[in-house]
Amino acid sequence: MPKATSDAKLLIQSLGKAYAATPTNLKIIDLYMVFAVATALIQVVYMGVVGSFPFNSFLSGILSCIGTAVLAVCLRIQVNKDNKEFKDLPPERAFADFVLCNLVLHLVIMNFLG
Amino acid sequence: MAEPESSTAAAGAGGSRLRNAFGGVLCAFTLLLIGVLAFSIRLFSVIKYESVIHEFDPYFNYRVTQFLSKNGIYEFWNWFDDRTWYPLGRVIGGTVYPGLTLTAGTIWWFVNSLNIPLSVETVCVFTAPIFSANASWATYLLTKEAKGTGAGLMAAAILAMVPSYISRSVAGSYDNEAVAIFALIFTFYLYVKTLNTGSLFYATLNALSYFYMVCSWGGYTFIINLIPMHVLLCIVTGRYSSRLYIAYAPLVILGTLLAALVPVVGFNAVMTSEHFASFLVFIILHVVALVYYIKGLLTPRLFKVAMTLVISVGLAVCFAVVAILVALVASSPTKGWSGRSLSLLDPTYASKYIPIIASVSEHQPPTWPSYFMDINVLAFLVPAGIISCFLPLSDASSFVVLYLVTAVYFSGVMVRLMLVLAPAACILSGIALSEAFNVLTRSIKCQLAKLFDDSPAASGDSSAESSSASTASANSAKNENRSEKNETAPKEKPSKKNRKKEKEVTESVPAKHKKEKKLLVLPMEASVMGILLLIVLGGFYVVHCVWAAAEAYSAPSIVLTSRSREGLHVFDDFREAYAWLSHNTDVDDKVASWWDYGYQTTAMANRTVIVDNNTWNNTHIATVGTAMSSPEKAAWEIFNSLDVKYVLVVFGGLVGYPSDDINKFLWMVRIGGGVFPHIKEPDYLRDGNYRVDAQATPTMLNCLMYKLCYYRFVETDGKGFDRVRGYEIGKKHFKLTHFEEVFTTHHWMVRIYKLKPQKNRVRGKLKKLKSGSKTSSTIAAGRKKNPWQ
Repeated sequence: MPKATSDAKLLIQSLGKAYAATPTNLKIIDLYMVFAVATALIQVVYMGVVGSFPFNSFLSGILSCIGTAVLAVCLRIQVNKDNKEFKDLPPERAFADFVLCNLVLHLVIMNFLG
Repeated sequence: MAEPESSTAAAGAGGSRLRNAFGGVLCAFTLLLIGVLAFSIRLFSVIKYESVIHEFDPYFNYRVTQFLSKNGIYEFWNWFDDRTWYPLGRVIGGTVYPGLTLTAGTIWWFVNSLNIPLSVETVCVFTAPIFSANASWATYLLTKEAKGTGAGLMAAAILAMVPSYISRSVAGSYDNEAVAIFALIFTFYLYVKTLNTGSLFYATLNALSYFYMVCSWGGYTFIINLIPMHVLLCIVTGRYSSRLYIAYAPLVILGTLLAALVPVVGFNAVMTSEHFASFLVFIILHVVALVYYIKGLLTPRLFKVAMTLVISVGLAVCFAVVAILVALVASSPTKGWSGRSLSLLDPTYASKYIPIIASVSEHQPPTWPSYFMDINVLAFLVPAGIISCFLPLSDASSFVVLYLVTAVYFSGVMVRLMLVLAPAACILSGIALSEAFNVLTRSIKCQLAKLFDDSPAASGDSSAESSSASTASANSAKNENRSEKNETAPKEKPSKKNRKKEKEVTESVPAKHKKEKKLLVLPMEASVMGILLLIVLGGFYVVHCVWAAAEAYSAPSIVLTSRSREGLHVFDDFREAYAWLSHNTDVDDKVASWWDYGYQTTAMANRTVIVDNNTWNNTHIATVGTAMSSPEKAAWEIFNSLDVKYVLVVFGGLVGYPSDDINKFLWMVRIGGGVFPHIKEPDYLRDGNYRVDAQATPTMLNCLMYKLCYYRFVETDGKGFDRVRGYEIGKKHFKLTHFEEVFTTHHWMVRIYKLKPQKNRVRGKLKKLKSGSKTSSTIAAGRKKNPWQ
């Protein structure tokens, strides 16, 4: 047991150290992702309290949060300099694709929101 | 030395650019020709008959498109149709897949805004051929992503002609599949393209194309289950990459949202079991992505520690979640799946529980000959294509193979789904043929090159020596490879002694083989024969496709023809009957018939019907079925309660038309009996056989369908010989008590009857008081007398 806890502590420490080494722009994207997922969780809790009556509103709220999180992950994948598959892709193109996809996503959300 | 090299290099580069440009133009021109081929092979029905809408379902789509073009899109979304399923009506906006009608409506609006006056009917008739041309171009794009341009062109040419696709997309077959197959292939192309390039732009386009597919056809569930299956396959075989994440995750989110936007699907997009696979794989993909990310962050030892911790905790959480999910799903009787999907997964389900689905002929399993009829030569080119996809295996080729395997399973369940198999078969056959042509033409080129260089140094010894001599004047690396291969081949044969030597040889050879792939070169005669035979095979395929398109699949089924010594007989009875209805009845009169003819009646006769081809309400159909199976009085009462004025039956006995109501009658009994237990199928069968001759049961001879079909039939030839059943009918001379015949078409194929109104009731007591002696004799007879006469 003590080995497990000390291992867990070591694990968390090394995770923290390795993560701290990532570049700032990626950390900003990660923060945005965490914010989106947190918003989704708050919405789920709210639905649990209040009930899911306008179900389309609930769906569009949840899916917009998860959708922006997913798109942020895609952006992070494409912008990450350590990623060998995307080294030819200029980050501006990645960001433009990100914006386009978000536009489509939010257009659909606004249509579905009721 | 440098200058001539660079100039030759420049000339070489210029030459190759020119060749590339020429290749591109040739490719585009071939694609154009393929599009024209796809369009024109579907025009046989327009040439042989006329530009008319075929079958049953297209008439409904045509009527909806007419409504859309007349009233605009807002009226269309909110349309409640009271001319069908009387007295229930049908919410068209919420129960129709709008893709096809919106597409045709847009084309019509666009063409008319350019002042080209095409009618809605013309646009509807020709929508299918136009979209089949688009589908062949989409097949070209998809196969190009999987294998290359040559395979793409081959696959596109094959798809343009494949009979299975022609059968559902001839000019006049204005049905959902005409547009949906194009959407299917295009969505798959965009998915594969995103997988290959990892671009979020294509992922967005993929989601939008998936939206178009959801709008068009109920078969979109195939896409949303196939793509997660492929993602799972990639993860399990270790081909996870970040491109996979970009290809799949946005599609799930955007796709679910867009699917929920379509009113027909609505919340089913998140609540039915058909979509659960996509969510499950979504979660699995995120778990895998997280694992790979953390693996990249940590050292291997720490990663192992992390794995053990996570697995122990994660398994417990997983079990809990899975238990909840299973409990939720198991609590619903169909486990969350819709009836149609269940009948696909369990082919015996429909015949046990849902007779309506089982009764449609398109939903029966196909016979073996129908595979050969529908995809012909492709049936044995497909395995070759599968093998070719494995060398080398890429994400795109594994996707195509998975698509084929699932399509083969589903086509084995329902004949209608051979249509989904057709594109997969075409893609794989295109790949196979292209690879075969590659090898054969390469062999011919090599052999020719060898022949021209070889003539001075030709030696009659083993081919190994001759080829090694030719390496002196080597002009291509292929020859070197081949010589090495031939040198190693005789060395490897006396194996046991020279095993060590072999190892060295094989070790040196793979080093070179890594740089230049081992290219197969066949002898000259074999290659030429091979190419000739393949071309002959292609010729057989083309001949079969054109024959199938012209003879088998171009019949509009609303007009029938037959050839006899006097020439061509045309049977236009259906339109004759609908025209009679529309001219000789009131606008609000209700017409009852079996559900097959509902769409045509509302579209062509413009009368309200009781049941139609949408078959959404089983009880209502069972009511009509019961009425058709009951004796006249009971049937009259049922129809009267539904406000029916006219009853329409289709009868083929005079001309030998086999798809008439008497042949469909047992289904009416089964469906009616499924809801109203007093209708029992054995009552209508004599010793288990269905007959309408003198041996038939009294229930059969007295039911409404028999009477309406065979009323006065004996007057045609004096004996009442039914040409479809092949014997004389049982009950020949009878009168109708509750119905009167108002119209029978020229060849007796459609017969229309009117319900007789109730007679004014005469009170018995009043009769007694007024006429004393008269009634005494009539009362005794009057008790038995029918008050409706």
